[in-house]
Amino acid sequence: MSEISPMGRQEAGRQGLWRRIDPAVATAFGCIVLLLLLGSLYSSNFLHLDYLLLQLKVASFLGVIATGAMLVILLGQIDLSAPWTITTGAMMSCAAAAYGPAGVALAIPFGILCGVLIGIVNGIGVAYLRIPAMIITLATNAVAQGLMVVYTGGFSPQDEATEAMRYIATGFLIPGVPNAVLVWLVVGAGAVFLLTRTSFGRAVYGIGNSERAAYLSGIDTRRILVIAFAITGGLAAFGGVLLAGYSSKAAQSMGDVYLLPAIAAVVLGGTSILGGRGSYLGTVAGAILITLLQSILSVMQIPEAGRQVIYGIVIVIMLLLYGRAPASR
Amino acid sequence: MSRAGPLFRMEGVSKRYGGVRALDGAELTVNAGQIHGILGENGAGKSTLIKIMSGVVEPDEGQMVLDGKEIAFASPAAANDAGIVCVFQELSLIPHLSVADNIVISNPPKRFGMIDRKKQRAIAEEALARAGAADIHPLALVKDLPLSRRQMVEIAKALARKPRILILDEATSALTASDVSKVFDVLKRLREEGLALLYISHRMHEIAELADVCTVFRNGSNVASFATGTKSGNEIVELMIGREYKNVFPPKTPPVPSERPPVVECRRLGWADQLKDISISVRAGEVVGLGGLDGQGQRELLLALFGVLRGLNGEVLVGGKPVRIGSPRQAKRDEIGMALIPEDRKTEGLLLPMSVRDNLSFAALDHVSHGGVIDGAAEKSRIDKMIRLLAIKTAGTDIPAGALSGGNQQKIVIAKWLMNQPRIILLNDPTRGIDVGTKQEIYQLLRKLADEGAAIIFYSTDYDELIGCCDRVLVMYDGGIRRELAGEEITEHALIASALNVEERGAGQAEVAGA
Amino acid sequence: MKDWKYWVAEQRGTLFAFATFVVMFTIYVSNHPAGFTANVVQTAANKGVLLAFVAMAQALVVITAGIDLSVGMIFILTNCLASWIVVGTPLETALGIVGVLLAGLACGAVNGLIVIYGRLQPIVTTIATGAIYFGIALLLRPFPGGSVNEDLADFLTGKIWGVIPVSLVALVVVVLVVWVPFSRSVMGRAAYATGSSEAAAYMSAMPIRRAKFLTYTLAGLLAGIGGLFLTFFTYTGEAALASGNAYTLFSIAAVVLGGISLYGGTGSAIGAVFGALAFRAIGDLLFVFDLDPLWQPLFQGVVLLIAVSLGAFGLLRVRNKLDWFT
Repeated sequence: MSEISPMGRQEAGRQGLWRRIDPAVATAFGCIVLLLLLGSLYSSNFLHLDYLLLQLKVASFLGVIATGAMLVILLGQIDLSAPWTITTGAMMSCAAAAYGPAGVALAIPFGILCGVLIGIVNGIGVAYLRIPAMIITLATNAVAQGLMVVYTGGFSPQDEATEAMRYIATGFLIPGVPNAVLVWLVVGAGAVFLLTRTSFGRAVYGIGNSERAAYLSGIDTRRILVIAFAITGGLAAFGGVLLAGYSSKAAQSMGDVYLLPAIAAVVLGGTSILGGRGSYLGTVAGAILITLLQSILSVMQIPEAGRQVIYGIVIVIMLLLYGRAPASR
Repeated sequence: MSRAGPLFRMEGVSKRYGGVRALDGAELTVNAGQIHGILGENGAGKSTLIKIMSGVVEPDEGQMVLDGKEIAFASPAAANDAGIVCVFQELSLIPHLSVADNIVISNPPKRFGMIDRKKQRAIAEEALARAGAADIHPLALVKDLPLSRRQMVEIAKALARKPRILILDEATSALTASDVSKVFDVLKRLREEGLALLYISHRMHEIAELADVCTVFRNGSNVASFATGTKSGNEIVELMIGREYKNVFPPKTPPVPSERPPVVECRRLGWADQLKDISISVRAGEVVGLGGLDGQGQRELLLALFGVLRGLNGEVLVGGKPVRIGSPRQAKRDEIGMALIPEDRKTEGLLLPMSVRDNLSFAALDHVSHGGVIDGAAEKSRIDKMIRLLAIKTAGTDIPAGALSGGNQQKIVIAKWLMNQPRIILLNDPTRGIDVGTKQEIYQLLRKLADEGAAIIFYSTDYDELIGCCDRVLVMYDGGIRRELAGEEITEHALIASALNVEERGAGQAEVAGA
Repeated sequence: MKDWKYWVAEQRGTLFAFATFVVMFTIYVSNHPAGFTANVVQTAANKGVLLAFVAMAQALVVITAGIDLSVGMIFILTNCLASWIVVGTPLETALGIVGVLLAGLACGAVNGLIVIYGRLQPIVTTIATGAIYFGIALLLRPFPGGSVNEDLADFLTGKIWGVIPVSLVALVVVVLVVWVPFSRSVMGRAAYATGSSEAAAYMSAMPIRRAKFLTYTLAGLLAGIGGLFLTFFTYTGEAALASGNAYTLFSIAAVVLGGISLYGGTGSAIGAVFGALAFRAIGDLLFVFDLDPLWQPLFQGVVLLIAVSLGAFGLLRVRNKLDWFT
């Protein structure tokens, strides 16, 4: 009668560093390398520093949004309101810019605040009204869209992004390193700290594993859910702010193309769609992987149609490898 | 009404689960036109017996003989085809479907590939009538019916399969008194029609009224079979008790003086219809046990104290002051200082994929963090202390909790709560499914905690534990405290007798109470 | 006498949806400048029927406690396919229709295979397969175009005897041919049972996996029928992402309005049909009340938000907080 099961002995046998590396994360990074090599067969430009930095910049926008998506998925939930939260963040921050110097200064926080509000509505729906996350977030997405349509009159908004927005999205604080990457770094560091060093983060993983057990352990699961959705909303909106800074303005439906990639980045990085398991490093790898995939497909001049198909297939295959539910009995 | 030979016989049947012998050379004889009552305490082998008879599991040894021919069942469906049907205690009805749908669920009548609703209804009405439940409308949705009606539908569903042997496993637990008498009339009528009925129950008065023949199971084998009425309640209880092994328990300390104020009390506590007018009080240093049959409200009482139930009547007091505990979060706060070791460690007590360390500190995050940020050093020192204190055997604190053995997992659950130094510790069947060695360690631990001043309330289905660990035992029945036993009064006989509603009147004189 | 009472209790959701629809449509028609004329009914029917088909598809999946976020994309895909092959001689047209229906069926089957036999969560699976279907639609129609057998299209979007919209008749036919046999079959019952209590269904040895697979497949078929009709109405195929997303979203709204619980086990596709028609009518109310069409998306979004929040009232009855967590 041993005290430790074979699984435990196996885990203990993987010494030191090796034990810490999640096989999924390693695979994701491996795929990145693979893609770069495949791309370099097509054109040697793929391994140029300029190109890689550009990819990192584009990945940063996705990365910020995926950070929020990861938080919610870790809880065992999902946020389908990302598309219009992104767009709202972008449009509202640009809109604030039209209100004089105070507006310009507060543009970015205001945009983020809008996202936080959407997130709070989602959180209350999920935690207190026990509405399935997928449904409430679809609904808030629709409401956000409705509000933005009314606000812009259906046209592309004419408001311009502020200097600050353009700077954080396209500037170069450190020569050679795009600011967007720095922003992602800061957001990422914050996320890692939150998830690994705070009681909030511990509670998030716990709730994702079993909200029931977390509740019985005295965790205020409802409050944590609301806060998490609020953070996610804020991050999505912040992503929109960055995107607006990048293109100098907001556009209708600009957020639609980020929903699937954000979820894919999280899932491909090894975070379980069922919640409770996953590391941020994986999400970083996932975001870079998706961005590279998109870039290579576009350089190879595969039309949008083909890209969508390949996207979907890649995600399904990765899920079949990582995300299957256990066979019953 | 008896026949030439028995309808069904089971001989030398054995079944092991891992190291535990659930059935050991068991035998049973069932005759047609007879109601056969089966008695035995938890773990005596009754449910394994039923599972083998109804084809849910296969025996390791032994044989079953039906109509004089040897038989084996590969599946419940096979047993049904042979005419053996079981009415389970856990309902297997589909809530959103109608009564008629449910009655014919495994084999609905069909016409042109579609379900024939008229025929289905006719079958349902016939089955309901036969079960004495003709008042249930076949088109009613099961979820709209109260529990007692649903149990009747279960019985009708079993009868619709035209059984020759009908097994009822605690089938009356959810029924109202008038339902019970109706069901009894139905069972007696079925007996006249030549059916063989196996009736498993803890309720002695029901067995006394209904059964022609009784069999007592103990430790996996049939210890006695006799005609009803030839043995007294007391004698039957004697037959049921007796164990192979004896746990070693730490010596009990002298009883806590009753002048000492209680740490936790409840007065006239009520909830839904599962807790009725409960008043208990526990002092520091006491280990109080909750006894009684399964499902009499013990779990609900613990949940009620811990703040999980809504709509409580009555009062809960901690340290003499009335408190309103709205959630486990409030319950664990230092001012109240409660802890609950829950029923199912895998789904309620632990986060299996998370590390041992994360699990241990999970309920005490407030105590190891400042302003939301976890203090790694403080956490580590507290955890290491706990691991030493409880002698938790693990290869490291980073491995997932799911990798540890059952006993060590339970130790983690307990340690997790001890991190908060609670003064009121509630335990919900903490040693279920745990090896003997770890059990001893837990008993020692509980005694030590009590000696250090904790008030402990401890629900167990194991009589040995209640006798060995507890200063007092409150035996619960039907949502209320039936009897309180203290010190020397806590004997297996007394526990079983009060659980079964058998009143003791001195040694050797026992009567079946109620009826 | 009592029988009908039970029937009412069982069909509660559907009847409520029907009532909602009647109320909404009455308001719509009485405020419409043209009033209650055959033409008004025909336009409303043509638009409503499209959503009704997609809503029925969603209803089937939701009954098993699943969800299909790719229905809008199957709708678009079949539309694009139809704009290629549902043309020419009557025989070619007929074959084209069969092809389109098979395509819808295939999409649904792929969803079913991955969810059930791959054991993946429906949400993420159908978001991913939706992308695949959209990609294929885009391959078929990078730009809006194509055509369709005009005689057939005119017929199907017209009226019988000058009064009854053919599209409504088609809807009824589909309900009778697809939904009714399914709901009364053993598979249909297993689908309900799975949504109601998968554990109990398993204990009763019901064909859970086959029923779920059939559900997703039929959902694909129904979405495909919707796509086919879209082609008849618009005479073109267009891979419109926004439209696909909208139909997916509205199908969920229709399902909720149709009295079908998102937790499964209860409700009827007929309820979803009324839910769809009611949802369309609500949307059109803005038009008749001369409100800026700009407000329509917001209005529909708010209606959806309220509809999904209504289920929260059940929470008031919860007595053991552990019931909040599945």
